[in-house]
Amino acid sequence: MSQDLELGLYVFVLATFLGIEVIRRVSPLLHTPLMSLTNAISAIAIVGSILVAGEQKTPLSTVLGTLAVACSMINIVGGYLITYRMLRMFRKSGKDKR
Amino acid sequence: MIDRVVPLLYLTAAVSFILALKWLSAVPTARRGVIVGAAGMALAVIGTLLKPEIASYRWIAVALVAGTAIGIPMALMPMTAVPQRTALSHAFGALAAALVGTAEYYLRAPAIDRFTMGALSLEVLLGFLTFTASLMAFGKLQEILPTRPVTYRHQNIFNLSLFVLAASAGVYLVIRPEAAWLFPVFGVLALVFGVLLIIPIGGADMPTVISLLNSYAGLSAAAMGFVLNNKLLIIAGSLDGSSGLILSVIMCRSMNRSFGNVLFGAFGQVQATPAAETRAVRSATPEEAAGILQVAGKVIVVPGYGMAVAQAQHKVRELYDVLTKAGVSVTFAIHPVAGRMPGHMNVLLAEADIPYDRLAEMEDVNSDFPQADVALIIGANDVTNPAARHDRNSPIYGMPILDADKARTVMVIKRSMSPGFAGIDNELYYMDRTLMVFGDAKTVVGHLVRELAGGSGHA
Repeated sequence: MSQDLELGLYVFVLATFLGIEVIRRVSPLLHTPLMSLTNAISAIAIVGSILVAGEQKTPLSTVLGTLAVACSMINIVGGYLITYRMLRMFRKSGKDKR
Repeated sequence: MIDRVVPLLYLTAAVSFILALKWLSAVPTARRGVIVGAAGMALAVIGTLLKPEIASYRWIAVALVAGTAIGIPMALMPMTAVPQRTALSHAFGALAAALVGTAEYYLRAPAIDRFTMGALSLEVLLGFLTFTASLMAFGKLQEILPTRPVTYRHQNIFNLSLFVLAASAGVYLVIRPEAAWLFPVFGVLALVFGVLLIIPIGGADMPTVISLLNSYAGLSAAAMGFVLNNKLLIIAGSLDGSSGLILSVIMCRSMNRSFGNVLFGAFGQVQATPAAETRAVRSATPEEAAGILQVAGKVIVVPGYGMAVAQAQHKVRELYDVLTKAGVSVTFAIHPVAGRMPGHMNVLLAEADIPYDRLAEMEDVNSDFPQADVALIIGANDVTNPAARHDRNSPIYGMPILDADKARTVMVIKRSMSPGFAGIDNELYYMDRTLMVFGDAKTVVGHLVRELAGGSGHA
């Protein structure tokens, strides 16, 4: 097992545990924004897509990479915007202070 | 220089994603979370664009512009369409991962080590199957496709064999990455499996399925992180994966069903419920219903998918206003699987400007029903069916429900007596304390508001 791989597996396992602990605390009230936010976050796949599209090694990889950049960008722009829009709608009632 | 800065930018992005999810735990900090998450994403993208490996920006620029142009309208969709939109975004996320995986295969194979090829196979398998599965879910939610489960003989055996075939193709590619002819076959098998996976799944199971697809999309991004040896991708992907997993577990638990049962159970089509005997129900006009609400002290509203379909949430807000003004205490009881995705009802009611502190979760609100004068059920069905508590033969036996039947008066706004999605008769409707108000949710609630707002002769 190469060192990169070993490190990668550690990162994966720790991030999964961290994710479970952090996300368990998210109020069910916000489960829809949670899903749109995590979806936007996983659009970090754009990093890999940009490299494939930009390195221009073969025409095929450029085409696939370009499509992948577009798909990821849709989720980044759409995901963060709609999450923000949703959260702006949640307001407290004036009299109830909790 | 840039090569030293980029890893730091990635690290910052990873931290910002974790903070974003942490701050999402409560409403007051949630918006800050989104902004921090978006800032982290921007840093990661800018850092990547500055990398010296990038030979040309032309296509990247085109794709970024096109993605933005499609992404903005997708963010402006109405809140009733959020489940469809979410399914579609899972499709895009999964497709991106699958396409990068495909590109990497053709760039690197056969000189690719076993482990990388394993991660790549997983990325492509999950990516392609989630892509078509999410598109199918989108079609069902948008009602382009039939929302009822579609089943045929030996469906599960067929689907399972197809999956085994796809997985074996993936494994074979790990052993022999040079088998380039197999790669397209592998991709197509994954695509087809995604379609077949969703065909037998009905509307009421969508919250679980959407959560599961969310998890798969995240895991395919994490697998991509292993292929590209990029820790940021692994972190972001596993955060998404664990989030989807938690949500699916919550959804399953709220229906008292297992994953396997959701995926292979084809809920609802087996029980044809030939209970054709027409039992007597008490029906009431909106005027009579308004009269009861007017003298109530405590009202608990139970919203369901029917409210979303009728687009009644704004009328419900008016009802909330008019009752609150009259000194009635109004709470909304939210079942975890109400609607078509986790948290669907909360977003709809928040959009209609109902304060979120009036929205109560099942565990918190169930003890309040015995003290409630009226439980007003708007477009919800199975989540209030007392059969879940005692009828061992009921398909929803054991599912945690909202105790609406314990309120002094139960009022149900419903279009007709036709059974709900699961095809199960709701015995709540036949109780002595229950009043059925037949009609479209939006019209009936509007009517109630007019009656309560005065001019009804009660003054």
